Amino acid sequence: MPEVGLEGQQKLRASSMLLIGAGGLGSPAALYLAAAGVGRIGIVDFDLVELSNLQRQIIHFTQDVGRSKLESAVERIRAVNPHVDVAPFETQLSSENALDIIRDFDVIIDGTDNFPTRYLVNDACVLLGKPNVYGSIFRFEGQASVFYAKKGPCYRCLYPEPPPPGLVPSCAEGGVLGVLPGIVGTIQATEAVKIVLGIGETLIGRLLLFDALTMQFRELKLRKNPECPICGEHPTIHQLIDYEAFCGVGVRQAEMGDSTVPQISAGELKARMDRGEDVFILDVREPHEYGLVNMHGYLIPLGDLPRRVNELDSSRDIVVHCHIGSRSASAVKFLREMGFTKAVNLAGGIDRWAAEIDPALVRY
Amino acid sequence: MSVRVLIPTPLRGYTDKRDTLVLEGRTVHEVLEKLFSHYSGLKRHLLTDDGKLRSFVNIYLNDEDIRFLQKERTPVKENDVLSIIPSIAGGRT
Repeated sequence: MPEVGLEGQQKLRASSMLLIGAGGLGSPAALYLAAAGVGRIGIVDFDLVELSNLQRQIIHFTQDVGRSKLESAVERIRAVNPHVDVAPFETQLSSENALDIIRDFDVIIDGTDNFPTRYLVNDACVLLGKPNVYGSIFRFEGQASVFYAKKGPCYRCLYPEPPPPGLVPSCAEGGVLGVLPGIVGTIQATEAVKIVLGIGETLIGRLLLFDALTMQFRELKLRKNPECPICGEHPTIHQLIDYEAFCGVGVRQAEMGDSTVPQISAGELKARMDRGEDVFILDVREPHEYGLVNMHGYLIPLGDLPRRVNELDSSRDIVVHCHIGSRSASAVKFLREMGFTKAVNLAGGIDRWAAEIDPALVRY
Repeated sequence: MSVRVLIPTPLRGYTDKRDTLVLEGRTVHEVLEKLFSHYSGLKRHLLTDDGKLRSFVNIYLNDEDIRFLQKERTPVKENDVLSIIPSIAGGRT
């Protein structure tokens, strides 16, 4: 290609790129960047490959299920291009290690799946003056941009604060069209290559929105916020902070259910049911999950709860459950705010119920 | 003025699953008030208790963030598009 040429190829060879996450977004990005001849590719990930990942995390194969994502990704990158110097970091990116890991790379590609890490990656990139190639996905919708505080806005200029936990649907509830991260991840790889080559117009100062259902791209203008706490005129953040606290929740805790809402254990619920007490079971999972396995509860998916809340009786004891307890915790929080003072969360969801009380139920 | 309001996927639970609404108003504020009068759950989600837009909610009029226009007092024109842009973090199911 004349736009790249020998000089461009040498630039790529001399460049280094860091992928935060070898998941849905990181998979296609890693494969294309390796194929493009990027000299050094770093990957940060600490997860294991699960069967349910394979629908979109195309760097991992069926034979890799149970293996570390990092190992599998490194092997695939080397198979695509043995000349790539691969730098694996089998760790969770944290305030303690982020600056040291990110410092050595030219371009950072954010393919994470949670708010604390997104703010961490952003802040570390701003503090170190690195371009942060952003991509994010939800169901059929994707977003992409390049946050580069030296030349434009950062992630905090767009979203100064994360939404409080519970106000955004969890990934378990949302799900993702498998092909979508393929599109968004390759957009990220494209931007990373353009930054290194210094060609074209990058997404700095623009937020690209993609809707797979209508197959439409839209573009919004992003502006540097003069009051941005990290890249504004009078920054108040000069070092990395505690991002889990900033986002109001520990990620692991969110997955396991929010312990701040009143809850009932599976054993306690069983005892109450055995005594013939009047307990109304509310299931806030999705219909396909209900079809797979259920506790004969009343089904209102979490997303429908606000408009269907009048179907519930606030005078009754309501035990709310989902798969593992996270969505139902949000539901209990919401119900209590709406005056359902007797709503409680089933700790561990139907999964723990199946494990401890009813082994005949299917676990998923 | 009638304005098209685009509802992102995560908020469609509050709007009977509708992704686009056509609403009347002269300013961003009036259009949002119209939206909230139809869908009260959305109001609780997008506004603080004292009626201000929450800081993690971005409202765009066409391709501009209203924070860099006249915020909620920004006048709207016929056929303008008002978008609510949510924070999404996901990369997996």
